[in-house]
Amino acid sequence: MHDIDEKARKAQEAKEKKAAYGRDIDLDTYCVEGECLEPLTGLEQLTQEDRSVMLKAGVDTTEQDRSGSYIQKDTSAIYATSLMDGLEILPIKEALKLDWINEYYWKLADVGQDKYTARAYTDLHNGYVIRSLPGAHVTFPVQACLYLHQDALSQNVHNIIIASEDSELHVITGCVSGSHVVQGLHVGVSEFFVKKNARLSFTMIHHWAEGMLVRPRSVGGVEEGGLFLNNYVSMKPVKSLQMYPATRLIGRGAVARFYNLLVGHPGSEIDVGGRILLNAPETRAEIIARAISNGGTIISRGHLAGDIPGIKAHLECRGLILNGGDILAIPELHGKAEGVDMSHEAAVGKINQDEILYLMSRGLSEDEATSTIVRGFMSVDIPGLPPDLKSQIDAAVAQTNQEVM
Amino acid sequence: MLMIEGLQVKLGAREILKGVDMEIREGEVHILFGPNGSGKTSLLMTLMGYPQYRITAGKIVFKGTDITHMPVHERAQLGMGMSYQRPPTIHGLKTRDMVSICAGNGEQDVEALASQVNMGDFLDRDLNAGFSGGEIKRSELLQLMAQNPDLLLFDEPESGVDMENIALIGNAIAALLERNSAGYSGSCRMRTHPDRRKMGLIITHTGYILNYVPADRGQVLFDGVIACRGNPQEIFQTISRSGYQECIECMT
Repeated sequence: MHDIDEKARKAQEAKEKKAAYGRDIDLDTYCVEGECLEPLTGLEQLTQEDRSVMLKAGVDTTEQDRSGSYIQKDTSAIYATSLMDGLEILPIKEALKLDWINEYYWKLADVGQDKYTARAYTDLHNGYVIRSLPGAHVTFPVQACLYLHQDALSQNVHNIIIASEDSELHVITGCVSGSHVVQGLHVGVSEFFVKKNARLSFTMIHHWAEGMLVRPRSVGGVEEGGLFLNNYVSMKPVKSLQMYPATRLIGRGAVARFYNLLVGHPGSEIDVGGRILLNAPETRAEIIARAISNGGTIISRGHLAGDIPGIKAHLECRGLILNGGDILAIPELHGKAEGVDMSHEAAVGKINQDEILYLMSRGLSEDEATSTIVRGFMSVDIPGLPPDLKSQIDAAVAQTNQEVM
Repeated sequence: MLMIEGLQVKLGAREILKGVDMEIREGEVHILFGPNGSGKTSLLMTLMGYPQYRITAGKIVFKGTDITHMPVHERAQLGMGMSYQRPPTIHGLKTRDMVSICAGNGEQDVEALASQVNMGDFLDRDLNAGFSGGEIKRSELLQLMAQNPDLLLFDEPESGVDMENIALIGNAIAALLERNSAGYSGSCRMRTHPDRRKMGLIITHTGYILNYVPADRGQVLFDGVIACRGNPQEIFQTISRSGYQECIECMT
């Protein structure tokens, strides 16, 4: 009980606390009351419209080659089903009735970080808890969809993903708004636990509407020998998106890799970073960002900090300015001991005309050549990612590519 | 046939080509000689249609079509292809995909083509990323093999290539130009490609390529004009012996 009082107190104190980055949002503008929807017994009960919207963010409602699904529409968890032994998927409001969740709930993220974390605590709608049990190899991805359908809603979710000892888990989360949604706010707290020798890949595809405000708050911890791949794709227009997910490598030999693919359309403000703290021997970290500004504003942050000799970390940010726009790359390295090996490279510019002409001299038109280069720019090899997720990301890139051109 | 008449070209404010005339007939291979800075690469880039090379006078006719102001990709589609000396790296584009692009995305056994120039291990690498000098040349050849143009422009195809791969490159170029290599031991060389049509224009400094690709004609570009025409072997020997001094004398 003491713990709950403590969180409530922090939430109360942080209620008005502005975030460190991103434009400030008046939370009262957005409604927290959503219609209470009945759970589905099968995804075929979704309307055709909902299904096609979800597919845009990589959520395949036929569940082919999926280990399970979690679907949340507005404030209601309408579907949570695991199709595999050793895999648990449940709405967090269900999970909070169980004792074991207390080992995880708000253990990495801080209620008092800012007004958004506070809101996710005080006005929690739902969210998912996905756990692979020790030794389980969940090779097909679990899919989760956070679907915002009601206009002007503040959707507040809290997600927890646990890859138990020696297990393998892949999760794809599609965050998407309905076609008629003009404005809205999505607040999402996520906590990732990668236990000893576990492998977790988490791929998030955002597909919001032009008027959406988005404030994810993610924190991860990786134990000895664990691997955490964190892929983030946002290629659709969004009004304001700010997040700076952080992960701490706490066990020997833990590895984290972040890949961010961002497109900033006219009118979009995107401030996305990645922070990895290397706090154990032989840990490795990599943050790779690709940003295309098609007229919008993008801030691409990266922060690596290491305090153990022998750790290895690399940060890479490439930005491409296509039709005007603005890209600010802020790579930060913080070495706190002798013998750390940390590096970064950042480059912002336009498409090299020589590359276009080179492709044209092989027979492509100027538009085809440009789009081939942009596709290549966004195509990042992500070792350890299942082919299906890779093709999901490629599809998102290809689709955007057409629209940008 | 490629016909160049009175071609004058500026790069920025500088006049690079000052009236070049040249004719390459069907089935002919020409070698382009000239000292550094004489405009050889500029001529090739102009032929390929690079817009920074601004044509101020003259014209280029290829296969009966005036291509003087044609965009690069239309020239490629008409049958022109180029092997670059220093092509750009394209991140995220696999060599394999570039070869398919060259083949017009048509049916083409990429693996088989790649093995001919020892490029099998490079197909899944980003195009030109971290390639050595010799690897770049083989990659360029692989692309041209897939593209199969009628006029092939080579900008120093053997520079940076180690001796081990010189024969490989030389023979591949000979094959592209429908020429038997100089090492061919058959009884009747001339009959190997009785109706060959491929045209070539090759820039070389080392002359090694002449050992593999029999060339019909040599042309010396000097200070933006063609200063000399003749037997390519003879020209090469003269240059090897006394540099481009004789060209200067020839012109003055």
